Amino acid sequence: MKRDKTKYVIVGNSTAAIGAVEGIRRLDRQTPIVLISKEPYHTYSRPLISYLLAGEVDKERMYYRPRDFYERNAVDARLGVEAVRVDADALAVETADGGRIPFEKLLVATGGRPFVPKIAGSDAEGVFTFVSWDDAKAISTYIGRAAPERAAVVGGGLIGIKAAEALHACGLDVTVVELADRLLPLALDAKGSELAAAALRDAGVKLVCGTTVERILASDGAVSDVVLRGGRTLTCELVVIAIGVVPDTSIVEGSRIETDRGIRIDEHCATSVPGIYAAGDVAQGSDTLTGNSRPIPIFPNACRQGNVAGTNMAGGEARMGAAFAMNSVEVFGLPTISVGLATAEGEGYEVLVRGQDSARAYRRFVLRDGRLVGALFVGDIDRAGIVTGLIRERIDASGIKDLLLSDGLGLISLPAEYRKHVVRGDGIVV
Amino acid sequence: MKRIFAREDYCLGCRLCEINCLVKHSRSKKIVKAFRRERDTAAPVVQVEESGRVSFALQCRHCDDAPCIEACIAGAMCRDPKTNAVLCDEDRCVGCWSCIMVCPAGAVLRGKTRKVASKCDLCAGEDAPVCVEGCPNEALTYEER
Amino acid sequence: MERDPERCIQCQVCVRQCANDVHEYDASDDLVSSESSRCVGCHRCATLCPTGAISIREAELDFRPNANWTASAIRSIYKQAEGGGMLLTGMGNDRPYASYWDRMVLNASQVTNPSIDPLREPMELVTYLGRKPDKVEFEGRNGKPSLTTELAPQIELQVPVMFSAMSYGSISLNASIALARAAQAAGTFANTGEGGLHRDIYPYAGNMIVQVASGRFGVDADYLNRAAAVEIKIGQGAKPGIGGHLPGEKVDAAVSQTRMIPEGTDALSPAPHHDIYSIEDLRQLIFAIKEATVYAKPVFVKIAAVHNVAAIASGCVRAGADVVAIDGFRGGTGAAPTMIRDHVGIPIELALAAVDDRLREEGIRNRASLVAAGGFRSSADVVKAIALGADAVYIGTAALVAMGCHLCQKCYTGKCNWGIATQDPILTKRLNPDVAARRLTNLLRGWSHEIKEMLGGMGINAVESLRGNREHLRAVGIAANELEVLGVKPAGVGA
Repeated sequence: MKRDKTKYVIVGNSTAAIGAVEGIRRLDRQTPIVLISKEPYHTYSRPLISYLLAGEVDKERMYYRPRDFYERNAVDARLGVEAVRVDADALAVETADGGRIPFEKLLVATGGRPFVPKIAGSDAEGVFTFVSWDDAKAISTYIGRAAPERAAVVGGGLIGIKAAEALHACGLDVTVVELADRLLPLALDAKGSELAAAALRDAGVKLVCGTTVERILASDGAVSDVVLRGGRTLTCELVVIAIGVVPDTSIVEGSRIETDRGIRIDEHCATSVPGIYAAGDVAQGSDTLTGNSRPIPIFPNACRQGNVAGTNMAGGEARMGAAFAMNSVEVFGLPTISVGLATAEGEGYEVLVRGQDSARAYRRFVLRDGRLVGALFVGDIDRAGIVTGLIRERIDASGIKDLLLSDGLGLISLPAEYRKHVVRGDGIVV
Repeated sequence: MKRIFAREDYCLGCRLCEINCLVKHSRSKKIVKAFRRERDTAAPVVQVEESGRVSFALQCRHCDDAPCIEACIAGAMCRDPKTNAVLCDEDRCVGCWSCIMVCPAGAVLRGKTRKVASKCDLCAGEDAPVCVEGCPNEALTYEER
Repeated sequence: MERDPERCIQCQVCVRQCANDVHEYDASDDLVSSESSRCVGCHRCATLCPTGAISIREAELDFRPNANWTASAIRSIYKQAEGGGMLLTGMGNDRPYASYWDRMVLNASQVTNPSIDPLREPMELVTYLGRKPDKVEFEGRNGKPSLTTELAPQIELQVPVMFSAMSYGSISLNASIALARAAQAAGTFANTGEGGLHRDIYPYAGNMIVQVASGRFGVDADYLNRAAAVEIKIGQGAKPGIGGHLPGEKVDAAVSQTRMIPEGTDALSPAPHHDIYSIEDLRQLIFAIKEATVYAKPVFVKIAAVHNVAAIASGCVRAGADVVAIDGFRGGTGAAPTMIRDHVGIPIELALAAVDDRLREEGIRNRASLVAAGGFRSSADVVKAIALGADAVYIGTAALVAMGCHLCQKCYTGKCNWGIATQDPILTKRLNPDVAARRLTNLLRGWSHEIKEMLGGMGINAVESLRGNREHLRAVGIAANELEVLGVKPAGVGA
């Protein structure tokens, strides 16, 4: 099926895609946008699947934007249509049903797919990944049908913790298996992990660190045990593989769109092919703090990339600006916020901590060349965003180290020009 | 859009803005009742920052380029089409605190009783926010800027 | 102070706002408590309390009722027995001397001489202060008259009320700025007092009268020439015969720069000007100032109302003063010994009438305008003063009250809770000059409307027609000999 060139085509339906729609619509209110989504759902928030499984939100709250979003924004949403290939030479998208959509501007926002290492026996019944609504549905159905008592969650990172919380809320006896020597190794430092692990323990969730699942055993085709590296066996009737996600670049493989781990993008979220943009978990831009090129698969980043891409697609000019990792997650009721290089230490880094003996409130700040590059808040997360702002704007923090560690860190402690910049929108010279 | 601005030179640190804000966001909307019966549930969304002689009231800036809207995983943070204010739909909020993580003014607070993000809503529906109206020294202004 | 426990919500606004540490919050009891003995009655806490839970009352008298030995008299002796110093106070004489304004009434026109509606007819409140010529001469030019007499410099007031001398140093900069701004907005003038002219007030200098007092603070050629007029202060109603004293603690960097004295030193204004020991010396100073200002500005002389005020005023006029300002015994101050404030000086009503009469008798009334001051509370007081002979009136206390003063009389402590009579930056913040200027302008506007109504009621449409026109006044309950001084008939007696 050939069609005339569509001005805007977006492959994806999560925050990057929606961000792009909103970015386009700020400049171009009318030209229709075609949005192709493999999943058949109205745009929903992937991070909410653990809340759904736990019963904390219902179906209606899963949706990321109101039900009339596509209509109000003149989006021709093709839900349940899978894009299979981007023809970067002819500038067209090919879909699984044989369709072909030529475009002027394309945004690839296909997100990530779960990273599943080869584990023997992972084809047994009762083994799941945990990134999409369908995953949550499948687990929920299985719990209803097979009434598993114990669950093993492979991976003690952000996805694993959320999965563990959800399964625990469903009444299962959960064990988390983490390869590193501590929980949430990328987001938290040793002390932070210790507090998080205590929160798990208090909730009655078990934790095994320093190992991973090597083999899954089944009985009558359904999961019965997992065998850990080192020999230990855990009895369980449900396994969730929650190690991580990798950019889903399949539709651009083989084309001249440059990829590395993800689809390479510049400050404008443009790929190596003019007219083609990428945003979200599939994209790989530049990490401001490390200077490296790597995907930063976090929600705010995806949303902003979508916005930037959309603006540029519609003929405007927008740049990404500072981009770095950050996460806010409650670990069994213990709030944690991790920003930038929160766990960095060693040569060139100055680390300041507060509450190292506390069980409730721990903060860690990392400076490099006098500027904040990372911060970790465990328990006491109030106003953490102030520090995120300091990191983003690269404010010289060498004079305010005492203030960072004090009670009631606020804008009042910061230089007046910065304060005016934040509060009044006055410009600032860094 | 109209925003609230604080003038450090005239702020007395009396905290009447916090008191009025609390009453506005209480159930009873009556000052004596709110302070007697609702201390555990009602809380202000404006905070007075104070250090030595300098003080000022701080609330959500309703940024044009709001990072909290980007960060919100539930789509609860949204913009009011009429006033351009950034509002949190507490029925959609799941209390993930991503907004707290990104707000450069530290203006988003954790709800006192519900696990939701709590912040200034410019007293939706009033001509002027109560903190501005009630400031005894006109240190808070509500201006188009 | 009394706190209503039913209404107190422990919000601690009173704790934060009291400069005298009357209120205290105990966190462990979650209770605000108060120490009444420290309360000065400034009403700050009561005004800001969001539930109106606070009331301020005179503390219950311990003493047996005694008409001669009042509680205040007894307590003053206790104080002096303890410390041996002089009793100090602020603001104006608060003793129950009978007010003459309150015993004089105005006329209204009916039947034979219809009244005028100020909303329909133009009403002239514009007043010129300055020396008026003995006669004016014209010549015809192109069939139109043209003035040949050279007029002495005048200042033009849109309303016959000006802001009295209150020095920066005794009041805060915010208060000074508010007065200057309001004067400019209302088309009248404010007096710098002896605090000098602060840089922030330069934009309003065209509406300022600068004072040359015995300490000569801030006086240089620039100071004299920036302003609209210059006032030589010989005395003030609150403390006739003695000088002034601003304690060194209140002389911070800004005050020091404006007054041109070293920081931290006491600002002492000596009792007499040490270069004025006779009327001829005064004439010399008046003309020195006129020379320095190229005869472009009227020179005022301000005197306190004392027994011989008529002769003194006459002397000032003959010495060359373009305006004589007389300050009666109700005049206010930032600090004065209580005995002087309450027992020295005479009422402005009597002084004004006496001066106006004397100048007319001597045929020199036109040579100087008269400005009356000392406790004017309302537009009615102003109208009566003009009828008694004033060209215009200075208000001091009324202006401070408009800005928020509650007359607690503790100005001399420097802890003014309203941010007016203090230099403490925590307290001066409380006076937002935008708000204060607005309130002052509102006051003058309200009074202007009232003056127009009263004039219209009397059947006159210009304030000039009222000036010195004692016929428009009648007295109620004033002794006959005082009526003679006032030149006012008793009510009931016709024209």
